[in-house]
Amino acid sequence: MNYDRFVNERIASVPPSGIRRFFDLASTMEDTISLGVGEPDFKTPYPIRSAAIDSIIDGETQYTANRGMPELRRAIADYLSSRYAVSYDPDQEILVTIGASEAIDLALRTLVSPGDEVLVPEPCYVSYAPGVIFAGGTPVGVETLEENDFRLTAEGLEKAVTPRTKALILPYPNNPTGGVMRREDLEAIARIIRKHDLFVISDEIYSELVYDGHTHVAFATIDGMYERTLTINGFSKSFAMTGWRVGYACGAREIVSVMNKIHQYAIMCAPRQGQVAALSALKTARENDYEEITRMRDSYDRRRRLMVSAFRAMGLHCFEPYGAFYAFPSVRSTGMTSEEFCARLLKEKHVAAVPGTAFGESGEGNIRCCYATALDKLNIALDRMAAFVKENS
Amino acid sequence: MTKLETDLLDLLKEDCRLPLEKLAVMTGASMEEVAATIDGLEKRRVILRYAPMINWDLTDRERVEAMIEVRVTPQRDMGFDAIARRIYCFDEVKSVFLMSGSYDLLVLVEARTLKELAAFVSGKLSPLETVTGTATSFVLKRYKEEGVIFDTGDSDRRLVISP
Repeated sequence: MNYDRFVNERIASVPPSGIRRFFDLASTMEDTISLGVGEPDFKTPYPIRSAAIDSIIDGETQYTANRGMPELRRAIADYLSSRYAVSYDPDQEILVTIGASEAIDLALRTLVSPGDEVLVPEPCYVSYAPGVIFAGGTPVGVETLEENDFRLTAEGLEKAVTPRTKALILPYPNNPTGGVMRREDLEAIARIIRKHDLFVISDEIYSELVYDGHTHVAFATIDGMYERTLTINGFSKSFAMTGWRVGYACGAREIVSVMNKIHQYAIMCAPRQGQVAALSALKTARENDYEEITRMRDSYDRRRRLMVSAFRAMGLHCFEPYGAFYAFPSVRSTGMTSEEFCARLLKEKHVAAVPGTAFGESGEGNIRCCYATALDKLNIALDRMAAFVKENS
Repeated sequence: MTKLETDLLDLLKEDCRLPLEKLAVMTGASMEEVAATIDGLEKRRVILRYAPMINWDLTDRERVEAMIEVRVTPQRDMGFDAIARRIYCFDEVKSVFLMSGSYDLLVLVEARTLKELAAFVSGKLSPLETVTGTATSFVLKRYKEEGVIFDTGDSDRRLVISP
């Protein structure tokens, strides 16, 4: 039977994630060390896991409010105001979602009408452009360059604006480049946003993971941007809680209530145990002054330095990543494309990395390597890569 | 303790074979600074030795371990220190701790056989003058020690590739 005529054309037009092919290949190999992961190597801290177990035993198994448990929304409001100096009303302006991913999807479906263009800095996380298309819009890539530290520049942004542009997705700290935006960079972006009357979806999921004296600036704190920004964050990266799938979106009640309309019909609510765990994460962090986050960040930072220095010693040009947990070295000196480099590295040395092209065409020439990997394995992987680069130069 | 000292302890605790260059890169200090700091930690006896953690159950070495709760009479002027020293000098004794609670010293003992261990308790430990009582518990299985999980390993359950 031919199913093509049953499948929605717009969805069918989006190719499957470029990461998938590598996943299939890498999964079949025995002693592969993967630098291709996109999640912490820490387990969720035990007190958080324990809080969720207790709630199951206590019979907390029901739906929660659509927008999320009120105590969790209050805790999120406290967290954002104490950590990033941005305030939201927990009753009207915060929506708890199934990971930041759902929040991005809801935001796009809320904002995008057919024909609207959404600007997406590239290279970037794989879901934005498909999300825009699923919502009926047109994604417009804005290339970010290494010479600008992979920051989105006002000039680059303005060049991509057309009369149909409705919104910008601002994904910093950035996956896959590790780029971060300083306050002055955000202020320059804000001028263009104001001038062209645009809305901003600020994906700040890596906000806790910035290094070497950098601090995360929430885009909503930039003058005039609060009312134009939907702040998206979650628990996956900062609290090592990827599998729990809890994120949130915060912004104007007029926008959040529309997102909640989709969410209540499509989803009902984020799973209760994830919400209980998230609440425990915020409470514990508040009580011990974010000790766990600091411990994990310090550990990533040491491995970040190790990885970047190892790439440079191999002769690979590597931009200094100040955010997230990825390095994005250039493999151009080997004469191979990103795909070729990763495929051969996997086959010959059993090390998995993700070709930069998985994050948009502008990722050609680079590969994404995650340093959230146990130190002993990381050292072996880097030694194998060094041998591979040597054999091919 | 300086930040560099704490960072180095964290790293060496995880893998004490990390070379100086890598320690320097990871802490952002120079190799000379790292070497001098480690030297200082050794001199101050903060770092006592660099030893591997071994899962003896996977070797063919015969081995029994026990934890012995020991009640003692503290000695005038010396408190518990003198008797603790008498006890830790035995080769069979791996660790000795002074405890709060219902007994005084916790003694971790290792021997090749049960018989040897029994001989240690009855022939060496109990006869000590100040020892007033012992309670011996044998270790049946080791699950976790010094933060390392022994029984199932600590496998990485993450997807090999994820966005």
